[in-house]
Order: sequence, then structure tokens, then C-alpha cells
Amino acid sequence: MSNFFPRWANWLPLQILICVLVAGAPVTLGIWYYFTPKYTRVGYQPIQPVPFSHALHVKQLGMDCRYCHGFVEVASHSNLPTTQTCINCHGEGKILSNSPRLAPVRESWKTGQPIPWVQVHRLPDYAYFNHAVHVNRGVSCYSCHGAVNEMSVVHEAQSLSMKWCLDCHRAPENFLRPPSEVFNMSWHPVSLARQMDIGTKLKQEWKVNPPVSCGGCHR
Amino acid sequence: MSTLTTNAEAVTNAPDLEVLARPPQVLNNRNPHWVTGAVCSIVEGRTPLWWWIGFAISATFAGIGGACILYMIVTGVGVWGSNSPCFWAWDITNFIFWVSMAHAGSMISALLFLTRQKWSISIARVSEAMTVFAIMCAGVYPAIHIGRVWFVWFLFPVPNSYGMWPNFSSPLLWDVFAVTSYLTVSSLFWFAGMIPDLSVLRDRATTKIRKFCYGLFSLGWLGTARQWRHYEMMYVLLAGITSVLVVTVTTIVSSDCATSVVPGWHATIFPFYFMVGAVYSGSAAILTLLIPLRLAYPQLKDLITPSQLDKVCKLLLLMGSCVAYVYVIEIFNAWYSGNAFEKGAFWERFHGIAAWYPITCLSINLIVPQLFWFKKVRHCLPLVFVLAILCNVGMWFERFMIVTTSLIHDFLPSSWHDFHASIVDILTATGTVGIFFTLFLLFIRFVPVINMSELKAVLPGSQPDHPTGGEGH
Repeated sequence: MSNFFPRWANWLPLQILICVLVAGAPVTLGIWYYFTPKYTRVGYQPIQPVPFSHALHVKQLGMDCRYCHGFVEVASHSNLPTTQTCINCHGEGKILSNSPRLAPVRESWKTGQPIPWVQVHRLPDYAYFNHAVHVNRGVSCYSCHGAVNEMSVVHEAQSLSMKWCLDCHRAPENFLRPPSEVFNMSWHPVSLARQMDIGTKLKQEWKVNPPVSCGGCHR
Repeated sequence: MSTLTTNAEAVTNAPDLEVLARPPQVLNNRNPHWVTGAVCSIVEGRTPLWWWIGFAISATFAGIGGACILYMIVTGVGVWGSNSPCFWAWDITNFIFWVSMAHAGSMISALLFLTRQKWSISIARVSEAMTVFAIMCAGVYPAIHIGRVWFVWFLFPVPNSYGMWPNFSSPLLWDVFAVTSYLTVSSLFWFAGMIPDLSVLRDRATTKIRKFCYGLFSLGWLGTARQWRHYEMMYVLLAGITSVLVVTVTTIVSSDCATSVVPGWHATIFPFYFMVGAVYSGSAAILTLLIPLRLAYPQLKDLITPSQLDKVCKLLLLMGSCVAYVYVIEIFNAWYSGNAFEKGAFWERFHGIAAWYPITCLSINLIVPQLFWFKKVRHCLPLVFVLAILCNVGMWFERFMIVTTSLIHDFLPSSWHDFHASIVDILTATGTVGIFFTLFLLFIRFVPVINMSELKAVLPGSQPDHPTGGEGH
């Protein structure tokens, strides 16, 4: 029986290899780009029941983050404000007390049912995170939540991926700021070199030594 | 005249050439044509009944093993007997057992090829097949023993959004690279050696399917001088790389244990210990495979000669003696170190609840290989077969002893706890044996079990200085 592989079959393995590479490269790159939190999470901006604008309250009116998110310095969980907090200013006979846009707030105040805010920044339950520890050691709201003072509707500014956490845990000097500026959303270091100076100094003074082992966050 | 007389005297005084001559690699003066026929007939003949029975049994065990692995994956590692403090048990025991066994195959096929040991030619293919299949069986465990197999890619340096990167200073990572490169290189080496033989099967093929399959795998081999030149260059290079792996892989596996601080593991002799144990158990495995193979295909009795098996037995004896030396020196070191934990670990090993593992291991591995000092034992093949199986059992117990008895007796008396294998452990282990024999039976049936092209080159008729030089080709 004669051989039935023709001459062109000699090139077949190389051709198959090239095809696999040509087809495989976009798949690999696609997964690399589209399947990571940088793509899937950043920019998440759900519609909230009340069109609350951080830009208006923080940037224009100058309110402090802690007026509404009062637990952030003392608890692991940073709270969403209760309806009571809104009513302090928007109650009967006060600011915009009849605005139709605040109807869900008034409804909640009347019935006692909380406003169903949609959570934007969501960590998985297997990742331990403590707000107090971070803000008391010079990690600003800005570092994780972005320029919330510029946002009319809150969106996710950072990927919150594990690599993103570790980037700061491995080199916190790139992000630490003076504790007095933690809640100052418009504070920025004048230069990278200045940030390194401040960060390195704070890291030493406050003995900032973030855990990078698995058990630090996956307790 | 005087010169003639001297020559005549020299001839009469010369020692008996029959005795001095190296034993032939092929008995009964077989010619190359006969060798081709004998080896190809195994693949080309009808499938014997014993093959089907053996295949059914091995495949059943392999299937049960596979089902156990599936059950473990969907349920969790709790179905194994491993528990605190014995986190490594049958999984790592079997991993070490299989991956070590592989080493003798590489040693025979690569190291002895490079050192031009002609006696290894006939048994090299089977040894190399044993190597590849044993690494495959070993490869079952590292992935599944982590519990969550879908995270197995964590072992490899893949840039990811977790910001994780393998710890390159950990021997557990070297282990991943060692075993994957070992599987890759030894499979390539095995396949490369087969190419000329596969082309023989291609040329002898009578059906279209056979022609296609062997044609595909012989990669267009024509046997031209140019192809042989390139081929031999490649084969020597692969043999060189494989020879290095004979030493490196098991020593890296040993450092998984040796670099930890666990008493009973933390010893500098471990790389040597694992290395000699590896070749010892592998030689036993080769004997276990070759002896029944000769029995099943009587034509192989001329090709796999008693003198070759005798040399494997001697290798087994040498390595077995090295293993015995390590056993003694390990116990001596435990005493001589004066380290309470080290002493405690060894005292507990032989007196504790689990003393029967080391006692089984030592009683086999200290006594059985020493029987191979006797030529009568080495030449009584049924006895060699039984002893070789015993050596393998002994080596399994050695791996089990090293892994478990060190773990169950660590620094804290409060954590001491015995280990009991679960049924899933046992069936997974028998499953790997099933996988091994399933693959081996497929190998016998579809691939020439002896390297015909290399063997034909060492036949007396192939030597240019032989009176019949080149006849019969």
C-alpha cells in the first residue's frame, strides 16, 4: 500500500500551529481584558431610588463625608445614612420639603421602611475589610471610592480586585496622606515625589504594615 | 617461522574467548528481518484473550478511580483520610511513589544510551513507557490534592487580577516545573525513539486506518541518511536532557519534605535518599513488566535476554543497598543529632501506633534486594518477578512511612493523631494502578515494544568487521 500523505502534508503541522496562535492570541487577550474587574466593575452606576447628588452636597455645599457615613472612623462597616439623617435637613418645612424627587425619602420617613439604596461597592463576604483601620491610618475615601465629590450619581471608580488591594498593601507609601486630609476629597499631593515623602514618613510614624498574607483578608 | 610459533602459543595460552565474550543482545543468531517480524507481530497479530481480560480489569479499576476522583472533587478533600496534623497522606505518598518509579526508566533509556550500554537497548522502550505512564499516574495527584481543582492554574505564573504570583523560593513550585518538564521531555524522548519503528509499521500496514495512523505518527520518516543524521543529533540531545532529569526531578520532590522543619523530613540526605529509592523502585517495576511480557510473547525471549534482566537485578541490588544505607544512617543521625524532636520522631516511628508501616517497609527493603547477590536468584525469573513486586510494595510503604509517620508526630503532643485511609483513598490509589496498566496494555498492542532500529544496529551481522557484515538487511 502506497503512502497517502501528499507532499503538502509536510507543512500541515506548521500551518495548524500558526492557526492556533492566530486564533488563540485574541481569545487570550480578550479574556485578559474583558474578564477582569477592571472591565467588569469599573463604571458600575446603578439607578438609585433617590437622585441624591454627592457633587451638590459635598462639593457645592461643603458637607463632610462623616455627616452621613458616621461610623466610618469607628466601625469596620461604613454605614449608609438612615432616613433620619436626610430628614434633619429635608424635613417638614425645611429644605425642598415638597420636592417630588424626595418623595421616596418622605415615604420612608412616614412608613419607617428604609430607602432601598442600591449598593455600589460590594466586597465578597470572604474578604475581610475594616473601614476604621484604613481611614484612621491615612487612607482617604478618595483612594478607593474615587472623586465622589464630583459624582452626581455614584459609580465605582476602582476595580476593587485583589491585585488592586495588594498594590496598596505592598506599597502603601504611594497612597497614604496626612490624617487631617483623609476626608478632604480635593486634596492631592503636589507631586509624586512629595507623595513619596509624605507616604514614607507616615508609614514609619504610624507603623503602617499592611498584611500581604492570605490570612490578612481571608480570615 | 618463529613468529608463527609465538602466535600459536599465544592462541593456546589465551583465555577462553567464549567465556570472555560479552553476552549477545539477541540470542540464537537472529537476523534483522526476524527481529522486525518478531516485534511487529505483537502489534499486527490478533488481540489475545489475556489482553482483553487484563484490559477490562485495569480499565475497571481506572474507571472506579476516576469516579472516586470525581466524588472527591464535588464533595471535597474530606472524603480522604487526610486530616490535621496529617495533611499529606495517600495523595502525596502515591505521587512520590509514581514519580519516583519513573526515574529508573529514564535512567535505562537515556543515561545508559549515552554511556553506550548496548544491553539497555531491548528494554529501553518498555522502561521509557513505564516512565511516561508512571508520571501520568503521579500527575493525577498534585492537581486534585489541592481540593479545589479549578484553582490549579494558581500553580503556574499567569498574570492575574488577584495580584498573585507563585512563590519561586518554594520547592512546591519547583516541583510543578520539575514534574511538568519531566513529563514533557520523557514523552518527547519516548516518541522520538519510536519514529523509525512507527515508519516500519506504516510500511508494513495492510489496512487504510493503520496506514494513516502510523503514517501520521511516523512524521513522514523515510530513513534517508540526511534524516538519520538530524534524528541522531536530536536523540542524543534529548537523551542528555532526560539524563539530567533523572537526578533533578526526584531530588526536587524530596526538597518538598526536606526544606520543611518537620522532624523526620528535615534532613540533608533526602535528595540522595529519594534518588536511590527512585531507581530502586523503578528497576523493580521494569522487572515486574518485562518478565510477564516475555512470557506472553515467547518470541521476545530472544530479544529480552536473561543477561539483560540480570543487569537490571544488579541495578536493583545496588540501589537497594544504597536505600538500606540511608535507613541506617537516618536512624543513626536521629540519635547522633541529639535533637529531642528528631529522636522522638524516630522513636515514635518504630514504637508508636503506626509502627507497622516502617516495619513492613524496612523488613522488605533491607532483606529482599540483598537476595539478588545470588546469581541463582537473579536467573530464576518467577522468583525475580515475585521479589520485584515485593520491592515495589516495600517502596510504597517507604513513601507512606516518610510522608505520614513524620506528620502524625510533630512538635506538639496535643496534635498527635493517627492516620486512617478512607475507602476513597484506597480506590483512588488502585485507580492509578488501573490507569498505569490500561496505558501499558494499550502500549503493547499499538506500539513496537522494542526499539527495532537501534537493536538491529547492534546485531552481529550489522558490524562492518563481521564476516557476514550487512547480510540480511
